[in-house]
Amino acid sequence: MDQDLSLLAELLVAFFLVVGGFFALVGSIGLIRLKDTMQRLHAPTKATTVGVGGALISSMLYFLLIENQLSFHELLITLFLFLTAPITANFIAKTYMQDKIRRKDLPESGREYGWALYDHPPEMTDESK
Amino acid sequence: MLRRVFPHPILSLTLVIVWLMLVNKVTPGNLFLGVVFGIVIPVMTAPYWPNRPALRAPLMAAEYALVVLWDIIVANFEVAAIVLFKRHDKIRSQWVVVPLELRSPEAITVLAGTITMTPGTVSATLAADGGSLLVHALDTDDPDAVRDEIKTRYERRLMEIFR
Amino acid sequence: MIVTYALIFAFACFGFGLLSTMWRMLVGPTQADRILALDTMVINFIALIVLYGIWQGTALYFEASMLIAMVGFVSTVALCRFVLRGDIIE
Repeated sequence: MDQDLSLLAELLVAFFLVVGGFFALVGSIGLIRLKDTMQRLHAPTKATTVGVGGALISSMLYFLLIENQLSFHELLITLFLFLTAPITANFIAKTYMQDKIRRKDLPESGREYGWALYDHPPEMTDESK
Repeated sequence: MLRRVFPHPILSLTLVIVWLMLVNKVTPGNLFLGVVFGIVIPVMTAPYWPNRPALRAPLMAAEYALVVLWDIIVANFEVAAIVLFKRHDKIRSQWVVVPLELRSPEAITVLAGTITMTPGTVSATLAADGGSLLVHALDTDDPDAVRDEIKTRYERRLMEIFR
Repeated sequence: MIVTYALIFAFACFGFGLLSTMWRMLVGPTQADRILALDTMVINFIALIVLYGIWQGTALYFEASMLIAMVGFVSTVALCRFVLRGDIIE
């Protein structure tokens, strides 16, 4: 009985490790294979984040189920990565757009003002806040 | 009076929990230090948060988090399929303009982050007056469908959470 | 035993990830690509440290990986801001 349980725990840990590794691999292949910088931005920001998430969850399960010590650090790192990934992606997208994409390559914003990268924002009044 | 000690109660609670998770051990001393941080840090950073985001529906927020988590998992497989098996001259990337009904900066930040984390779309920039969002879609035939999905699936929920 | 094989597989995947980021950083072609490669490199590196922690059966490396996560995020943002504005703190 105990043997079965530890086997189940090992299978669970191994499953998350393999899933994490697979997505990391997909992210790397995307980084190499895709043609355009904006396309390349898609693969690593998500696939790699999920891949690291898998590795961290499997590490947490490993220490919880096999070594019998509860650790929240992995959860913190996962949360931190999930919170910061969109911000870095946004910064990199902006860097690329300022470097290579001109205003006429983009669709219209459909507003009075253009995109924030090229246009200054309107004066903030107390009313509009 | 209570407002002055706890300008951001949720932030205080988060700080205590994060501190306990960081030290990885719940002892009275750690709890005390966590509470001290939970009181001191919000008071010191209060000037940077002039208006507090109102979180009116915590249950809705939990549902939103689950929906986003599920979407991340499902859509990751789709992106994996595109990256691995689709010939790259057949990948049609397009810009999608999403007109926003959300007005509070916090809600727009959450929406942009969600769009970036759900694979297949990256939010690139915002209109200068904050009225619409420019999204880059990795592979789509129909930009309007992407826009409608973002609006119905995420923005509608966020409208109710950050009312 | 199963965990050991899975660990080796994951090590290979993240190691390949590190190599691909290095290639992308050398090839470019834009600055944004290089920053993206650096950011992905940091993320892969965090995963490798965590995997090494499982391999050794010790929880010693989490502080290291957490610090690297924070430093990596801040440096990516600083690099982007420098390219965008020519200045990091205005």
